[in-house]
Amino acid sequence: MKVTIDGISIEVPEGTTILNAARQIGGDIVPPAMCYYSKLEGSGGKCRTCLVKVSKGSEKDPRPMPKLIASCRTGVMDGMEVQNITSPEVIEARKGIVEMLLINHPLDCPVCDQAGECHLQDLGYEHGLAKTRYEFDRRTFHKIDIGDKIQLHMTRCILCYRCVFTADQITDHRIHGILNRGDHSEISTYIKAAVDNDFSGNVIDVCPVGALTDKTFRFKNRVWFTKPVDAHRDCDHEKCNGKVTLWYKGEDVIRVTARKDVYGEVEEFICNTCRFDKKKTADWVIEGPRQISNHSVISSNHYETLHPLPVVKTNPLLVEANKEQFERTTRL
Amino acid sequence: MGRKLLLEHINVPGIETFDVYRSKGGYDAVAKALKMSTDDIVEEVKKSGLRGRGGAGFPTGMKWSFLAKPEGKARYLVCNADESEPGTFKDRYLMTYIPHLLIEGMIIGSYALGANVSYIYVRGEMMPQIRILEKAIAEAKAKGFLGKNILGSGYDLELYVQPGGGAYICGEETALIESLEGKRGNPRIKPPFPAIAGLWGCPTVVNNVESIAAIVPIIRDGGDEYAKIGIGRSTGTKLISASGNINKPGIYEIELGVSVEDFIYSDEYCGGIPNGKRLKAVVAGGSSVPILPANLILKTVNNQPRLMSYESLSDGGFATGTMMGSGGFIAFDEDQCIVRNTWNFTRFYHHESCGQCSPCREGTGWMEKVLHRLEYGHGKLSDMDLLVDVSKKIEGNTICPLGDAAAWPVASAIRHFRDEFEWHVTNGAEATSRNYGLAHYADPLPVLEPAPAAG
Repeated sequence: MKVTIDGISIEVPEGTTILNAARQIGGDIVPPAMCYYSKLEGSGGKCRTCLVKVSKGSEKDPRPMPKLIASCRTGVMDGMEVQNITSPEVIEARKGIVEMLLINHPLDCPVCDQAGECHLQDLGYEHGLAKTRYEFDRRTFHKIDIGDKIQLHMTRCILCYRCVFTADQITDHRIHGILNRGDHSEISTYIKAAVDNDFSGNVIDVCPVGALTDKTFRFKNRVWFTKPVDAHRDCDHEKCNGKVTLWYKGEDVIRVTARKDVYGEVEEFICNTCRFDKKKTADWVIEGPRQISNHSVISSNHYETLHPLPVVKTNPLLVEANKEQFERTTRL
Repeated sequence: MGRKLLLEHINVPGIETFDVYRSKGGYDAVAKALKMSTDDIVEEVKKSGLRGRGGAGFPTGMKWSFLAKPEGKARYLVCNADESEPGTFKDRYLMTYIPHLLIEGMIIGSYALGANVSYIYVRGEMMPQIRILEKAIAEAKAKGFLGKNILGSGYDLELYVQPGGGAYICGEETALIESLEGKRGNPRIKPPFPAIAGLWGCPTVVNNVESIAAIVPIIRDGGDEYAKIGIGRSTGTKLISASGNINKPGIYEIELGVSVEDFIYSDEYCGGIPNGKRLKAVVAGGSSVPILPANLILKTVNNQPRLMSYESLSDGGFATGTMMGSGGFIAFDEDQCIVRNTWNFTRFYHHESCGQCSPCREGTGWMEKVLHRLEYGHGKLSDMDLLVDVSKKIEGNTICPLGDAAAWPVASAIRHFRDEFEWHVTNGAEATSRNYGLAHYADPLPVLEPAPAAG
């Protein structure tokens, strides 16, 4: 089936969603997705950030769709034409959605553990207003521990339901879910039961914001000071094959996560043993540095060639002064 | 007097019992329907032009014909009795006083759609109605109108009453289906539509109580006969829940096409505004439709008298029109405060938003807070633009129509009553002690106009 997104055409098989077709094209035209997760069945459609305009329904029925639609849950039709960043209407709506997502979300990224790898932060920079129009108290909750390794800070939650789907589909038994409704709904375990099973740690990886965090890593370090390295081990859990990213600070592994792709989705879910208990280099076979997008703050400071200003390269005094940096670059 | 089809025998003592209902010709339509083919029944409903009475006004016969009929899969008819819109109480009335009408409609509908199990999903707060329906179902079953081999036709039907948890959102058909399945009542993302994959993944039709009840006169008298009543594409009769500042609030069965002026002022219906007050505004179809000032509800911008019909009420689009909705007719006299009323509606939608998709979850709460501030005299002049902007960001960007329903009353109130909102800002202290009053919103009709000069 041929679909055209922002003027770029691609052939995709039947049943592909508009979002996945856009991801096959890649680049700027991919709509952001806060709740959709390709590995979780039934996810998506809730956050509305991926809204796009369908300017031509299909070859058979070329009428445009009357409303903006969620690209993550709408399948492509043959000859469909979609506008994402080329439609001012979409950009306006998305701006509105980001504003809505942020009105009850604390704007304290500097003290949030997710900063640097937070999708809402990226989205906020891209679409958000410089100033909030919301002048009321924000919805707040106390932090609670769900299980001994995971902390839930509901104040930051955007109710994407990803962790609920993860618990449903990856673990044997879900004991947390959404309580209440509307803007007072919250993720919680019923009567403070502990989330405890072999795959529960994956809810941390799927959380797009800093609502679910790893208690073994919380506030140990800012993520952009750590160095991600791909590694694997021979995990004896039958559902986990031990492919992870290790996050180094100096010599120490301070965090283990699943490997995430450019859209922040994990490649394979990992078990809690790999995630929480194996934090020595000796436990792992190192594969090499993790490829992180150049645009991510995580890739600043390391693995990059030094690009000195022209004046530094021409002035002998400055060359001498920066000698150590130049040497390090050639070594790397 | 207009014709009554649903409430014809409502004043007969004991009409809620099977025997009295049967003696008044009840269940005759079932006997007639079971001799017809299912396609003929659907055709008859199509001919009648019956439009869904739950709010959207989608033609019922067309909805039925969309039902997928795959082999080996059950089909379901679900009656949506989760009536919780502020201003609407017709279904409760119908279920309380004439429950057998609904059951009769359910039998015919289920037969036409080929459903062997059907549900009536009743809102949790309506416990008395649930008991009434259960008793009525037991009676009908004892007389052989439900259960195995109904009237010897070989058709089986089990009818169940399912109490909801008391959530407005469960009146949205896919949320209702989720709730009926025992899950959290979150609307589903469409497509697939319930006609393809609804209850337990099977094709399902969800209809309002009144729509199902209206099937009975359609089958009894024929679709063509039903279509003669009403005006244009608004056929048949409609139950209107009239409330607010009128002399005779209550349920009225009107023939569609009665003029709004008649409905408010004639003694047959609401009987005018009490205490000699004047009409200020009307919400014509339940809280989620746009509110209109009196001059626009009585006459359209083309100076045509506005009628109680789907087309006439929506004449003028959202700029100067409103919608039929579910028929919750709320009248406001000159003493009512539109800002307070809008705040109250928004408070309701804030409370009832399911919290699944972000614009509605966050936007309804935001609008409520801004309106609360305005009502209590702490608002700013920029708040009106903010509210319009927020309502625009919600409208059309949500999974289900609750977002639209929350946005429309706010947008329309500001569109038509902007100076009242502004007065709440500029005269903040005064606004807490008295109301803005009538201003220029009053209906242009009453005798206060000077008599035309002679010649």
